[in-house]
Amino acid sequence: MAELLSRRKALVVGGGLMLAGCDKIAPTKPARSAFLGAEDLTYRINRLLTPRNALAPEFSGADVSPIFRSNGTGHPGSPDYARLLGGNFADWRLHVGGMVSRPLAISLDQLKALPQRTQITRHDCVEGWSAIGRWTGPVLGPILQFAGLSSAARFLVFHCHDDFGGTGYYESIDLVDAFHPQTILAWALNGQALPVPNGAPLRLRVERQLGYKQAKYLHAIEAVASLDQIGGGKGGYWEDVADYAWYAGI
Amino acid sequence: MATSRPGPWLYRHRWPTRLWHWLNALTIFILLMSGLMIFNAHPHLYWGRYGANFDASWLGIGPTPHGGGELRVYQVHVPTTGVLGHWKDAHGHIQTRAFPYWATIPGSYSLAGARRWHFLFAWVLILGGTSYVITSLINRHFGKDLKPSREELQPRHLWQDIKDHARLRLPTGDAAGRYNPLQKLAYIGVIFFLIPMMILTGLAMSPAFNATFPQLLSVFGGRQSARSIHFLCATGLLAFIVVHLVMVVLAGPINEIRSMITGWFRTPPEKQRHG
Repeated sequence: MAELLSRRKALVVGGGLMLAGCDKIAPTKPARSAFLGAEDLTYRINRLLTPRNALAPEFSGADVSPIFRSNGTGHPGSPDYARLLGGNFADWRLHVGGMVSRPLAISLDQLKALPQRTQITRHDCVEGWSAIGRWTGPVLGPILQFAGLSSAARFLVFHCHDDFGGTGYYESIDLVDAFHPQTILAWALNGQALPVPNGAPLRLRVERQLGYKQAKYLHAIEAVASLDQIGGGKGGYWEDVADYAWYAGI
Repeated sequence: MATSRPGPWLYRHRWPTRLWHWLNALTIFILLMSGLMIFNAHPHLYWGRYGANFDASWLGIGPTPHGGGELRVYQVHVPTTGVLGHWKDAHGHIQTRAFPYWATIPGSYSLAGARRWHFLFAWVLILGGTSYVITSLINRHFGKDLKPSREELQPRHLWQDIKDHARLRLPTGDAAGRYNPLQKLAYIGVIFFLIPMMILTGLAMSPAFNATFPQLLSVFGGRQSARSIHFLCATGLLAFIVVHLVMVVLAGPINEIRSMITGWFRTPPEKQRHG
Protein backbone atom coordinates (compact mmCIF):
# COMPACT_ATOMS: atom_id res chain seq x y z
CA MET A 1 0.00 0.00 0.00
CA ALA A 2 2.85 2.34 0.86
CA GLU A 3 4.29 1.55 -2.53
CA LEU A 4 0.95 2.36 -4.14
CA LEU A 5 0.77 5.67 -2.32
CA SER A 6 4.27 6.68 -3.31
CA ARG A 7 3.44 5.80 -6.90
CA ARG A 8 0.38 7.97 -6.69
CA LYS A 9 2.54 10.72 -5.32
CA ALA A 10 4.87 10.21 -8.26
CA LEU A 11 1.92 10.59 -10.60
CA VAL A 12 0.82 13.82 -8.93
CA VAL A 13 4.35 15.17 -9.13
CA GLY A 14 4.48 14.06 -12.76
CA GLY A 15 1.23 15.89 -13.44
CA GLY A 16 2.58 19.00 -11.75
CA LEU A 17 5.75 18.91 -13.86
CA MET A 18 3.67 18.51 -16.97
CA LEU A 19 1.54 21.50 -15.98
CA ALA A 20 4.61 23.61 -15.28
CA GLY A 21 5.93 22.40 -18.64
CA CYS A 22 2.78 23.53 -20.46
CA ASP A 23 2.96 26.99 -18.89
CA LYS A 24 6.62 27.27 -19.94
CA ILE A 25 5.96 26.06 -23.47
CA ALA A 26 2.91 28.22 -24.19
CA PRO A 27 4.74 31.54 -24.83
CA THR A 28 7.48 30.00 -27.01
CA LYS A 29 7.57 30.55 -30.76
CA PRO A 30 6.82 26.94 -31.81
CA ALA A 31 3.85 26.80 -29.40
CA ARG A 32 2.55 30.14 -30.73
CA SER A 33 2.73 28.87 -34.32
CA ALA A 34 1.01 25.63 -33.32
CA PHE A 35 -1.82 27.54 -31.58
CA LEU A 36 -2.28 29.95 -34.48
CA GLY A 37 -2.00 27.08 -36.97
CA ALA A 38 -4.80 25.23 -35.15
CA GLU A 39 -6.98 28.37 -35.21
CA ASP A 40 -6.33 28.82 -38.92
CA LEU A 41 -7.09 25.13 -39.59
CA THR A 42 -10.38 25.41 -37.69
CA TYR A 43 -11.29 28.55 -39.66
CA ARG A 44 -10.42 27.03 -43.06
CA ILE A 45 -12.08 23.67 -42.41
CA ASN A 46 -15.19 25.45 -41.24
CA ARG A 47 -15.31 27.68 -44.31
CA LEU A 48 -14.75 24.56 -46.46
CA LEU A 49 -17.47 22.44 -44.80
CA THR A 50 -20.08 25.11 -44.23
CA PRO A 51 -22.09 26.50 -47.15
CA ARG A 52 -21.59 30.28 -47.35
CA ASN A 53 -25.17 31.07 -46.41
CA ALA A 54 -25.82 28.16 -44.01
CA LEU A 55 -27.97 29.61 -41.26
CA ALA A 56 -27.32 29.54 -37.54
CA PRO A 57 -30.22 27.79 -35.77
CA GLU A 58 -33.26 29.99 -35.18
CA PHE A 59 -35.62 29.34 -32.30
CA SER A 60 -39.27 29.89 -31.38
CA GLY A 61 -40.59 32.58 -29.07
CA ALA A 62 -40.97 29.92 -26.36
CA ASP A 63 -37.19 29.39 -26.32
CA VAL A 64 -36.31 33.02 -25.52
CA SER A 65 -34.30 33.40 -22.26
CA PRO A 66 -36.43 34.99 -19.51
CA ILE A 67 -33.57 37.41 -18.78
CA PHE A 68 -31.03 38.16 -21.51
CA ARG A 69 -27.73 38.49 -19.68
CA SER A 70 -25.41 41.32 -20.69
CA ASN A 71 -21.66 41.06 -20.35
CA GLY A 72 -18.60 43.26 -20.75
CA THR A 73 -19.40 46.96 -20.80
CA GLY A 74 -22.72 47.78 -19.11
CA HIS A 75 -22.56 51.49 -19.94
CA PRO A 76 -19.88 53.19 -22.07
CA GLY A 77 -19.82 56.14 -19.65
CA SER A 78 -18.06 58.62 -21.93
CA PRO A 79 -19.43 62.22 -22.11
CA ASP A 80 -20.02 61.77 -25.85
CA TYR A 81 -22.07 58.65 -25.29
CA ALA A 82 -23.99 60.26 -22.40
CA ARG A 83 -24.91 63.19 -24.67
CA LEU A 84 -26.10 60.87 -27.46
CA LEU A 85 -28.09 58.76 -24.99
CA GLY A 86 -29.58 61.93 -23.45
CA GLY A 87 -30.79 62.97 -26.91
CA ASN A 88 -32.30 59.51 -27.48
CA PHE A 89 -29.63 58.92 -30.16
CA ALA A 90 -31.19 61.54 -32.50
CA ASP A 91 -27.67 62.91 -33.13
CA TRP A 92 -26.06 59.46 -33.36
CA ARG A 93 -24.77 58.38 -36.76
CA LEU A 94 -23.32 55.13 -38.04
CA HIS A 95 -20.35 55.95 -40.24
CA VAL A 96 -19.53 53.51 -43.02
CA GLY A 97 -16.10 54.27 -44.42
CA GLY A 98 -12.66 52.96 -45.31
CA MET A 99 -12.47 51.15 -48.63
CA VAL A 100 -15.87 52.20 -49.97
CA SER A 101 -16.64 54.49 -52.92
CA ARG A 102 -19.53 56.24 -51.11
CA PRO A 103 -18.92 56.82 -47.37
CA LEU A 104 -22.14 56.98 -45.39
CA ALA A 105 -23.39 58.57 -42.16
CA ILE A 106 -26.67 56.82 -41.34
CA SER A 107 -29.13 57.90 -38.64
CA LEU A 108 -31.05 55.45 -36.47
CA ASP A 109 -34.32 56.37 -38.23
CA GLN A 110 -32.74 55.70 -41.61
CA LEU A 111 -31.55 52.28 -40.41
CA LYS A 112 -35.05 51.48 -39.18
CA ALA A 113 -36.51 52.49 -42.59
CA LEU A 114 -34.42 49.87 -44.42
CA PRO A 115 -35.84 46.35 -45.00
CA GLN A 116 -35.60 44.61 -41.60
CA ARG A 117 -34.86 41.09 -40.48
CA THR A 118 -36.05 39.63 -37.16
CA GLN A 119 -34.37 36.47 -35.89
CA ILE A 120 -34.50 34.50 -32.64
CA THR A 121 -30.96 33.25 -32.16
CA ARG A 122 -28.64 32.01 -29.47
CA HIS A 123 -25.86 34.21 -28.10
CA ASP A 124 -22.92 32.10 -26.88
CA CYS A 125 -20.43 33.73 -24.56
CA VAL A 126 -16.85 32.50 -24.78
CA GLU A 127 -17.20 31.78 -21.04
CA GLY A 128 -19.70 29.02 -21.77
CA TRP A 129 -23.17 30.41 -21.09
CA SER A 130 -25.88 30.95 -23.72
CA ALA A 131 -28.89 33.27 -23.92
CA ILE A 132 -31.59 33.27 -26.61
CA GLY A 133 -33.07 36.56 -27.81
CA ARG A 134 -35.11 38.09 -30.64
CA TRP A 135 -33.08 40.58 -32.65
CA THR A 136 -34.33 43.09 -35.23
CA GLY A 137 -32.36 45.23 -37.64
CA PRO A 138 -31.32 45.77 -41.26
CA VAL A 139 -29.17 43.15 -42.99
CA LEU A 140 -25.59 44.40 -43.30
CA GLY A 141 -24.87 43.16 -46.86
CA PRO A 142 -27.11 45.60 -48.79
CA ILE A 143 -25.72 48.55 -46.77
CA LEU A 144 -22.19 47.56 -47.83
CA GLN A 145 -23.29 47.27 -51.45
CA PHE A 146 -24.95 50.70 -51.26
CA ALA A 147 -21.72 52.16 -49.85
CA GLY A 148 -19.82 50.68 -52.79
CA LEU A 149 -17.48 48.26 -51.01
CA SER A 150 -14.15 48.07 -52.82
CA SER A 151 -13.22 44.73 -54.35
CA ALA A 152 -9.86 45.01 -52.55
CA ALA A 153 -11.52 45.09 -49.09
CA ARG A 154 -11.18 41.85 -47.14
CA PHE A 155 -12.41 42.65 -43.61
CA LEU A 156 -14.89 44.89 -41.86
CA VAL A 157 -13.83 46.60 -38.65
CA PHE A 158 -16.54 47.64 -36.18
CA HIS A 159 -15.66 50.61 -33.98
CA CYS A 160 -17.56 51.04 -30.73
CA HIS A 161 -18.36 53.73 -28.18
CA ASP A 162 -17.21 51.67 -25.22
CA ASP A 163 -13.83 52.51 -23.92
CA PHE A 164 -11.52 50.19 -21.99
CA GLY A 165 -8.99 52.42 -20.27
CA GLY A 166 -8.31 54.56 -23.33
CA THR A 167 -8.70 51.84 -25.96
CA GLY A 168 -11.97 51.72 -27.83
CA TYR A 169 -13.63 48.33 -28.21
CA TYR A 170 -13.46 47.07 -31.74
CA GLU A 171 -14.03 43.84 -33.61
CA SER A 172 -13.65 42.57 -37.16
CA ILE A 173 -15.11 39.90 -39.44
CA ASP A 174 -14.37 38.58 -42.92
CA LEU A 175 -16.60 39.22 -45.93
CA VAL A 176 -18.24 35.79 -45.80
CA ASP A 177 -19.73 36.72 -42.44
CA ALA A 178 -20.30 40.35 -43.53
CA PHE A 179 -22.59 39.22 -46.39
CA HIS A 180 -24.23 36.36 -44.45
CA PRO A 181 -28.05 36.69 -44.53
CA GLN A 182 -28.27 36.62 -40.70
CA THR A 183 -25.61 39.29 -40.18
CA ILE A 184 -27.70 42.26 -39.09
CA LEU A 185 -27.22 45.57 -37.29
CA ALA A 186 -29.65 45.08 -34.42
CA TRP A 187 -31.42 48.08 -32.83
CA ALA A 188 -34.04 45.98 -31.01
CA LEU A 189 -33.87 43.08 -28.55
CA ASN A 190 -37.07 41.14 -27.76
CA GLY A 191 -39.22 43.83 -29.43
CA GLN A 192 -37.80 46.74 -27.37
CA ALA A 193 -35.21 49.34 -28.32
CA LEU A 194 -31.79 47.82 -27.54
CA PRO A 195 -31.12 48.40 -23.78
CA VAL A 196 -27.90 50.21 -22.84
CA PRO A 197 -26.25 47.09 -21.28
CA ASN A 198 -26.88 45.20 -24.54
CA GLY A 199 -25.30 47.87 -26.76
CA ALA A 200 -27.72 50.76 -27.45
CA PRO A 201 -28.33 52.09 -29.98
CA LEU A 202 -26.90 49.48 -32.36
CA ARG A 203 -24.95 46.23 -32.16
CA LEU A 204 -23.66 43.71 -34.65
CA ARG A 205 -25.16 40.22 -34.82
CA VAL A 206 -22.84 37.73 -36.51
CA GLU A 207 -24.65 34.55 -35.56
CA ARG A 208 -22.05 31.90 -36.39
CA GLN A 209 -19.50 33.27 -33.91
CA LEU A 210 -19.17 33.81 -30.14
CA GLY A 211 -20.35 36.78 -28.07
CA TYR A 212 -17.21 38.90 -28.13
CA LYS A 213 -17.60 39.30 -31.91
CA GLN A 214 -21.09 40.86 -31.45
CA ALA A 215 -19.75 44.41 -31.14
CA LYS A 216 -22.02 46.73 -29.09
CA TYR A 217 -22.42 50.56 -29.11
CA LEU A 218 -21.47 50.75 -32.81
CA HIS A 219 -20.43 54.09 -34.26
CA ALA A 220 -18.38 53.22 -37.34
CA ILE A 221 -17.80 50.41 -39.80
CA GLU A 222 -14.51 50.52 -41.67
CA ALA A 223 -13.70 48.36 -44.69
CA VAL A 224 -10.00 47.38 -44.79
CA ALA A 225 -7.67 45.14 -46.78
CA SER A 226 -5.70 44.04 -43.72
CA LEU A 227 -6.10 44.09 -39.95
CA ASP A 228 -2.41 44.76 -39.27
CA GLN A 229 -2.75 48.53 -38.82
CA ILE A 230 -5.90 48.38 -36.68
CA GLY A 231 -5.51 48.48 -32.88
CA GLY A 232 -2.90 45.92 -31.81
CA GLY A 233 -3.17 44.18 -35.18
CA LYS A 234 -5.01 41.03 -34.06
CA GLY A 235 -8.44 42.12 -35.25
CA GLY A 236 -10.26 42.90 -32.02
CA TYR A 237 -10.04 44.30 -28.50
CA TRP A 238 -9.97 40.93 -26.69
CA GLU A 239 -7.75 39.47 -29.38
CA ASP A 240 -5.21 42.27 -28.73
CA VAL A 241 -5.25 42.40 -24.93
CA ALA A 242 -5.85 38.77 -23.96
CA ASP A 243 -5.02 36.65 -27.02
CA TYR A 244 -8.55 35.44 -27.71
CA ALA A 245 -8.81 33.83 -31.15
CA TRP A 246 -9.88 36.16 -33.98
CA TYR A 247 -11.97 33.37 -35.45
CA ALA A 248 -14.60 32.71 -32.79
CA GLY A 249 -16.68 30.05 -34.54
CA ILE A 250 -15.83 27.57 -31.77
CA MET B 1 5.30 -17.36 -5.25
CA ALA B 2 8.94 -16.66 -4.56
CA THR B 3 9.82 -19.86 -6.37
CA SER B 4 7.79 -19.15 -9.49
CA ARG B 5 9.84 -18.13 -12.52
CA PRO B 6 8.84 -15.47 -15.03
CA GLY B 7 7.00 -16.81 -18.05
CA PRO B 8 7.98 -16.33 -21.69
CA TRP B 9 8.13 -13.00 -23.52
CA LEU B 10 5.10 -12.11 -25.57
CA TYR B 11 4.77 -9.43 -28.29
CA ARG B 12 1.65 -7.82 -26.96
CA HIS B 13 1.17 -4.35 -28.52
CA ARG B 14 1.84 -3.41 -32.15
CA TRP B 15 3.42 -0.04 -32.87
CA PRO B 16 0.23 1.82 -33.96
CA THR B 17 -1.38 0.89 -30.63
CA ARG B 18 1.70 2.01 -28.66
CA LEU B 19 2.09 5.27 -30.59
CA TRP B 20 -1.57 6.18 -30.20
CA HIS B 21 -1.57 5.19 -26.52
CA TRP B 22 1.17 7.70 -25.62
CA LEU B 23 -0.02 10.42 -27.97
CA ASN B 24 -3.49 10.01 -26.57
CA ALA B 25 -2.28 9.97 -22.96
CA LEU B 26 -0.70 13.38 -23.53
CA THR B 27 -3.67 14.67 -25.53
CA ILE B 28 -6.36 13.60 -23.04
CA PHE B 29 -4.31 14.97 -20.15
CA ILE B 30 -4.03 18.41 -21.82
CA LEU B 31 -7.67 18.41 -22.95
CA LEU B 32 -8.95 17.49 -19.47
CA MET B 33 -6.85 20.12 -17.68
CA SER B 34 -7.48 22.93 -20.18
CA GLY B 35 -11.16 21.91 -20.14
CA LEU B 36 -11.28 22.44 -16.36
CA MET B 37 -9.88 25.94 -16.87
CA ILE B 38 -12.55 26.66 -19.50
CA PHE B 39 -15.17 25.41 -17.00
CA ASN B 40 -13.74 27.85 -14.45
CA ALA B 41 -14.87 30.76 -16.65
CA HIS B 42 -18.50 29.81 -15.98
CA PRO B 43 -18.71 27.08 -13.31
CA HIS B 44 -22.38 26.17 -13.81
CA LEU B 45 -24.03 23.52 -16.00
CA TYR B 46 -27.55 23.63 -17.45
CA TRP B 47 -29.92 21.44 -19.44
CA GLY B 48 -31.55 22.71 -22.62
CA ARG B 49 -30.90 25.28 -25.33
CA TYR B 50 -29.90 28.24 -23.20
CA GLY B 51 -28.46 28.80 -19.72
CA ALA B 52 -26.81 31.75 -18.02
CA ASN B 53 -26.58 33.27 -14.54
CA PHE B 54 -30.31 33.93 -14.15
CA ASP B 55 -31.33 30.43 -15.23
CA ALA B 56 -31.48 27.32 -13.02
CA SER B 57 -28.29 25.26 -13.20
CA TRP B 58 -28.11 21.59 -12.20
CA LEU B 59 -24.45 21.74 -11.20
CA GLY B 60 -22.37 24.52 -9.76
CA ILE B 61 -18.96 24.83 -8.11
CA GLY B 62 -17.91 27.89 -6.18
CA PRO B 63 -17.35 29.69 -2.89
CA THR B 64 -20.01 29.60 -0.18
CA PRO B 65 -21.14 32.70 1.74
CA HIS B 66 -19.49 31.16 4.84
CA GLY B 67 -15.96 31.28 3.47
CA GLY B 68 -15.66 27.74 2.12
CA GLY B 69 -16.09 26.01 -1.21
CA GLU B 70 -18.78 23.63 -2.41
CA LEU B 71 -19.94 21.44 -5.25
CA ARG B 72 -23.70 21.51 -5.78
CA VAL B 73 -25.49 18.84 -7.81
CA TYR B 74 -29.20 19.70 -8.00
CA GLN B 75 -30.06 20.21 -4.31
CA VAL B 76 -27.14 18.25 -2.87
CA HIS B 77 -24.39 20.47 -1.46
CA VAL B 78 -20.99 18.83 -0.97
CA PRO B 79 -18.36 20.79 1.00
CA THR B 80 -15.15 20.99 -1.03
CA THR B 81 -13.15 23.63 0.88
CA GLY B 82 -9.48 23.38 0.03
CA VAL B 83 -10.06 21.68 -3.32
CA LEU B 84 -12.97 23.20 -5.27
CA GLY B 85 -14.34 26.74 -5.04
CA HIS B 86 -12.00 27.79 -2.22
CA TRP B 87 -8.31 26.83 -2.35
CA LYS B 88 -4.80 28.20 -1.92
CA ASP B 89 -2.74 28.95 -5.02
CA ALA B 90 1.00 28.29 -5.37
CA HIS B 91 1.74 31.55 -3.50
CA GLY B 92 -0.56 30.70 -0.61
CA HIS B 93 -3.31 33.12 -1.66
CA ILE B 94 -6.94 32.04 -1.34
CA GLN B 95 -8.70 31.67 -4.70
CA THR B 96 -12.39 31.02 -5.28
CA ARG B 97 -12.41 29.71 -8.86
CA ALA B 98 -13.94 26.24 -9.27
CA PHE B 99 -10.94 24.02 -10.08
CA PRO B 100 -7.58 24.61 -8.36
CA TYR B 101 -4.37 25.63 -10.14
CA TRP B 102 -2.81 22.15 -10.01
CA ALA B 103 -5.72 20.72 -12.01
CA THR B 104 -5.83 23.30 -14.81
CA ILE B 105 -3.84 24.38 -17.86
CA PRO B 106 -2.69 27.15 -17.68
CA GLY B 107 -1.96 27.11 -13.95
CA SER B 108 -3.28 30.62 -13.40
CA TYR B 109 -6.60 31.92 -14.69
CA SER B 110 -6.65 32.37 -18.46
CA LEU B 111 -9.69 31.40 -20.51
CA ALA B 112 -7.98 32.48 -23.74
CA GLY B 113 -4.85 30.44 -22.93
CA ALA B 114 -6.89 27.34 -22.05
CA ARG B 115 -8.85 27.64 -25.29
CA ARG B 116 -5.56 27.75 -27.26
CA TRP B 117 -4.43 24.44 -25.70
CA HIS B 118 -7.88 22.88 -25.95
CA PHE B 119 -8.49 23.57 -29.64
CA LEU B 120 -4.94 22.62 -30.67
CA PHE B 121 -5.18 19.25 -28.93
CA ALA B 122 -8.77 18.73 -30.08
CA TRP B 123 -7.26 18.46 -33.58
CA VAL B 124 -4.63 16.00 -32.28
CA LEU B 125 -7.43 13.93 -30.71
CA ILE B 126 -9.49 13.91 -33.91
CA LEU B 127 -6.64 13.26 -36.35
CA GLY B 128 -4.78 10.80 -34.08
CA GLY B 129 -7.95 8.95 -33.13
CA THR B 130 -9.10 8.65 -36.74
CA SER B 131 -5.70 7.29 -37.85
CA TYR B 132 -5.72 4.79 -34.98
CA VAL B 133 -9.23 3.55 -35.78
CA ILE B 134 -8.44 3.13 -39.49
CA THR B 135 -5.14 1.34 -38.73
CA SER B 136 -6.77 -0.92 -36.14
CA LEU B 137 -9.46 -1.95 -38.59
CA ILE B 138 -6.81 -2.78 -41.19
CA ASN B 139 -4.46 -4.67 -38.84
CA ARG B 140 -7.45 -6.35 -37.20
CA HIS B 141 -6.54 -5.11 -33.70
CA PHE B 142 -10.22 -4.43 -32.98
CA GLY B 143 -11.47 -7.74 -34.38
CA LYS B 144 -8.78 -9.95 -32.83
CA ASP B 145 -7.94 -8.25 -29.52
CA LEU B 146 -10.83 -6.00 -28.50
CA LYS B 147 -13.99 -7.71 -29.72
CA PRO B 148 -15.41 -9.82 -26.88
CA SER B 149 -16.41 -13.34 -27.88
CA ARG B 150 -19.99 -14.52 -27.43
CA GLU B 151 -18.75 -16.73 -24.61
CA GLU B 152 -17.12 -13.77 -22.80
CA LEU B 153 -20.35 -11.79 -22.89
CA GLN B 154 -22.31 -14.49 -21.05
CA PRO B 155 -23.52 -13.05 -17.71
CA ARG B 156 -21.90 -15.99 -15.88
CA HIS B 157 -18.55 -15.24 -17.49
CA LEU B 158 -18.80 -11.49 -16.85
CA TRP B 159 -19.80 -12.08 -13.23
CA GLN B 160 -16.75 -14.32 -12.75
CA ASP B 161 -14.57 -11.55 -14.23
CA ILE B 162 -16.13 -8.95 -11.90
CA LYS B 163 -15.46 -11.22 -8.90
CA ASP B 164 -11.86 -11.77 -10.01
CA HIS B 165 -11.31 -8.02 -10.31
CA ALA B 166 -12.97 -7.34 -6.96
CA ARG B 167 -10.62 -9.84 -5.31
CA LEU B 168 -7.67 -8.37 -7.25
CA ARG B 169 -7.09 -11.80 -8.71
CA LEU B 170 -5.32 -10.87 -11.92
CA PRO B 171 -4.84 -13.27 -14.80
CA THR B 172 -1.55 -15.13 -15.06
CA GLY B 173 0.07 -17.34 -17.67
CA ASP B 174 -1.42 -17.25 -21.17
CA ALA B 175 -4.54 -15.41 -19.98
CA ALA B 176 -2.42 -12.38 -19.03
CA GLY B 177 -1.46 -11.97 -22.69
CA ARG B 178 -5.06 -11.33 -23.71
CA TYR B 179 -7.51 -8.65 -22.63
CA ASN B 180 -10.10 -9.93 -20.17
CA PRO B 181 -13.80 -9.19 -20.81
CA LEU B 182 -14.10 -6.17 -18.47
CA GLN B 183 -10.93 -4.74 -19.95
CA LYS B 184 -12.30 -5.19 -23.47
CA LEU B 185 -15.57 -3.50 -22.51
CA ALA B 186 -13.72 -0.61 -20.86
CA TYR B 187 -11.50 0.00 -23.91
CA ILE B 188 -14.45 -0.33 -26.30
CA GLY B 189 -16.39 2.13 -24.12
CA VAL B 190 -13.58 4.68 -24.29
CA ILE B 191 -12.70 4.26 -27.98
CA PHE B 192 -16.21 3.93 -29.41
CA PHE B 193 -18.32 5.88 -26.93
CA LEU B 194 -16.58 8.34 -24.61
CA ILE B 195 -14.03 9.83 -27.04
CA PRO B 196 -16.54 10.14 -29.94
CA MET B 197 -19.04 11.70 -27.50
CA MET B 198 -16.41 14.23 -26.36
CA ILE B 199 -15.79 15.21 -29.99
CA LEU B 200 -19.48 15.38 -30.95
CA THR B 201 -20.61 17.34 -27.87
CA GLY B 202 -17.61 19.63 -28.37
CA LEU B 203 -18.64 20.30 -31.96
CA ALA B 204 -22.26 20.84 -30.85
CA MET B 205 -21.06 23.76 -28.70
CA SER B 206 -19.55 25.53 -31.73
CA PRO B 207 -21.87 28.22 -33.12
CA ALA B 208 -20.23 27.79 -36.54
CA PHE B 209 -20.69 24.01 -36.55
CA ASN B 210 -24.33 24.51 -35.50
CA ALA B 211 -24.85 26.14 -38.91
CA THR B 212 -22.88 23.36 -40.67
CA PHE B 213 -24.79 20.52 -39.04
CA PRO B 214 -27.77 21.71 -36.97
CA GLN B 215 -29.06 18.13 -36.47
CA LEU B 216 -26.32 17.49 -33.92
CA LEU B 217 -27.84 20.08 -31.59
CA SER B 218 -31.21 18.32 -31.69
CA VAL B 219 -29.54 14.99 -30.86
CA PHE B 220 -28.13 16.41 -27.62
CA GLY B 221 -31.13 18.61 -26.79
CA GLY B 222 -29.49 22.02 -27.16
CA ARG B 223 -26.12 23.64 -26.64
CA GLN B 224 -26.21 23.77 -22.85
CA SER B 225 -27.19 20.09 -22.69
CA ALA B 226 -24.26 19.32 -25.01
CA ARG B 227 -22.01 21.25 -22.62
CA SER B 228 -23.30 19.21 -19.65
CA ILE B 229 -22.82 15.91 -21.52
CA HIS B 230 -19.30 17.05 -22.52
CA PHE B 231 -18.50 17.53 -18.82
CA LEU B 232 -20.06 14.20 -17.78
CA CYS B 233 -18.19 12.24 -20.47
CA ALA B 234 -14.96 13.97 -19.40
CA THR B 235 -15.69 12.77 -15.86
CA GLY B 236 -16.14 9.28 -17.31
CA LEU B 237 -12.75 9.51 -19.03
CA LEU B 238 -11.15 10.63 -15.78
CA ALA B 239 -12.72 7.66 -13.96
CA PHE B 240 -11.37 5.34 -16.67
CA ILE B 241 -7.87 6.82 -16.29
CA VAL B 242 -7.91 6.34 -12.50
CA VAL B 243 -9.00 2.70 -12.76
CA HIS B 244 -6.58 2.10 -15.64
CA LEU B 245 -3.63 3.46 -13.62
CA VAL B 246 -4.60 1.45 -10.53
CA MET B 247 -4.77 -1.72 -12.65
CA VAL B 248 -1.37 -0.99 -14.20
CA VAL B 249 0.12 -0.61 -10.74
CA LEU B 250 -1.54 -3.81 -9.46
CA ALA B 251 -0.57 -5.83 -12.53
CA GLY B 252 3.09 -4.83 -12.29
CA PRO B 253 3.84 -1.36 -13.58
CA ILE B 254 7.30 -2.03 -14.99
CA ASN B 255 6.18 -4.95 -17.12
CA GLU B 256 3.02 -3.11 -18.19
CA ILE B 257 4.69 0.18 -19.07
CA ARG B 258 7.57 -1.62 -20.81
CA SER B 259 5.09 -3.54 -22.94
CA MET B 260 3.39 -0.28 -23.96
CA ILE B 261 6.78 1.18 -24.94
CA THR B 262 8.57 -1.79 -26.57
CA GLY B 263 5.58 -4.01 -27.29
CA TRP B 264 7.13 -6.93 -25.35
CA PHE B 265 5.38 -8.28 -22.28
CA ARG B 266 6.76 -10.82 -19.85
CA THR B 267 4.03 -13.31 -19.09
CA PRO B 268 3.39 -13.52 -15.34
CA PRO B 269 4.01 -17.05 -14.05
CA GLU B 270 1.08 -19.37 -13.43
CA LYS B 271 0.09 -19.13 -9.80
CA GLN B 272 -1.66 -21.61 -7.61
CA ARG B 273 -5.00 -20.25 -6.60
CA HIS B 274 -5.84 -20.46 -2.92
CA GLY B 275 -9.55 -20.36 -2.07
